[in-house]
Amino acid sequence: MGKKKEVDDRFKKFGTVSFTAITKTNDFITHLENGKVAGTKCLDCGAAFFPPRADCSHCLTSNMEWFDVAGSGKLVTFSKLTFAPIGFEADVPYCIALIDYGPYKVFGRISSDLPEEDIQIGMEMKTVANTVSNGQLNYVFAKA
Amino acid sequence: MEKKVAIIGVGQSTFVRQYPGSIRELAFDGFKDCLLDAGITAKDIGASVVCSAPEYDKQRSPAGVFAEYLGLNPQPTFYVESLCSSSTTGIRLAYSLVKSGLHDVVAVLGFQKMSEISSSESQERMGRGADIQWESPFGTMMPAYYAMYARAHMEKYGTTPDDLALIRVKAATYGQINDRAVYRKPVTFEMFKDPENIMGRPVATPLRVGDCCANADGSSCIIVASAEKAKSFCKKPVWIMGLGSATTSVNLAGRDLFSGLSAAQDAARQAYEMAGVTPKDIDVAEVHDCFTIAEMMAYENLGFAEPGEGKELIRGKETYKDGSIPVNVDGGLLSKGHPIGATGGSQVRTIVLQLRDEAGDIQVKDPEIGLVHNIGGVGLYGNVTILGR
Repeated sequence: MGKKKEVDDRFKKFGTVSFTAITKTNDFITHLENGKVAGTKCLDCGAAFFPPRADCSHCLTSNMEWFDVAGSGKLVTFSKLTFAPIGFEADVPYCIALIDYGPYKVFGRISSDLPEEDIQIGMEMKTVANTVSNGQLNYVFAKA
Repeated sequence: MEKKVAIIGVGQSTFVRQYPGSIRELAFDGFKDCLLDAGITAKDIGASVVCSAPEYDKQRSPAGVFAEYLGLNPQPTFYVESLCSSSTTGIRLAYSLVKSGLHDVVAVLGFQKMSEISSSESQERMGRGADIQWESPFGTMMPAYYAMYARAHMEKYGTTPDDLALIRVKAATYGQINDRAVYRKPVTFEMFKDPENIMGRPVATPLRVGDCCANADGSSCIIVASAEKAKSFCKKPVWIMGLGSATTSVNLAGRDLFSGLSAAQDAARQAYEMAGVTPKDIDVAEVHDCFTIAEMMAYENLGFAEPGEGKELIRGKETYKDGSIPVNVDGGLLSKGHPIGATGGSQVRTIVLQLRDEAGDIQVKDPEIGLVHNIGGVGLYGNVTILGR
């Protein structure tokens, strides 16, 4: 038997259930492990991408650098789920949401310690790296 | 109006919770209904296009299996998918096959047997019609995505959950008299207010059980033909006047509009332009009401109401059968159920029956032009089809 080939499948750690294991943006997970939420920026045209992309469809190049999603953005919209798809039952209830940072937007979950009545469209929120109860990694939105 | 490509036959199975047969048998039901309507045989069909969302079936490449079962060998067949808008994408493809002269009669066959898997498995798979790499790991599902649009629409325009309930009440008014619909019970506005009633139970705020359509098993079939074949086969051909089709970013982070669906707006603009008509010319419409908010946004995205004024249409009952713009008077997806790949074909069937003056109890008075709005995913794909008699 030959030696098993090493596979970089870091992305299987993303979210309560990940549906992707291998991507050229696997460094996103290492950034999360270091407490950072990161997007990519095209070194050719300067466009900032979140979610991160490995390739720029404008320039047809793959010259990317990572940047930190820092500061705060505005809550665009959200929903609290009281029924979950298979694999997410233990998380219910939870809120999914979209935050507008200006040059890019971020889709994710609102921190579970923020009650629904305190959530207002337009409020300033920040994006924070988070460990899920099952040991997986994601990020959540907290009051800025 | 250009009279080059016609619809000469329409059919659908009854939409049911759990079909007691296999997918080829389900496809047979819609196909048979359509051939009897068209008065043609399988030998008259030059090619078939099979439309569904593939993740429900064990069978790979169902098109080839159906061709044999429906007596369509040795004619060519192939499969198209654009999630819940698959069968109007099939109509678009059939139009181009006929217009190019490659085939003169094409069958568009949509189907879905959703009961192959459980409801929560179905939610997970439907959710995977969105971005599985960056969004699904947060536990997304279709009702929650549309709920985010509902929240944004309410915030921007003052639309209320009560307005959405009115859309469900309208759907049920007509669903009760549609013998092909899965949900045929009455739904009242008061049910949404009754804490004991399931209609008002939250699914993904602000959407409740009553705001969501049901899963169903079903099939539909539409026969598209050249003008020459239409004239020889059919007494009342219905003409394809306009076709619009557009897409947008799969990830919500890549979008700018959250109080409407940009793919629907773009598709509508194209379809109106191709047909040479305006929203005022539409006499009857079928819109993709997978959720009540989806119908509200459709009113506005199709130009039946200005942005934010869709609520006035439903409050004033303008989208009822006798209103100024009847919408979903067959009960819509909310009542008929939403067997993904079959849905667009069922919408087209209703409009064709309306334009032929054969819609029975739901017949709108003397319609000349009808519209079908069929959406795939969370507004990822938008198809708008305009038909005339």
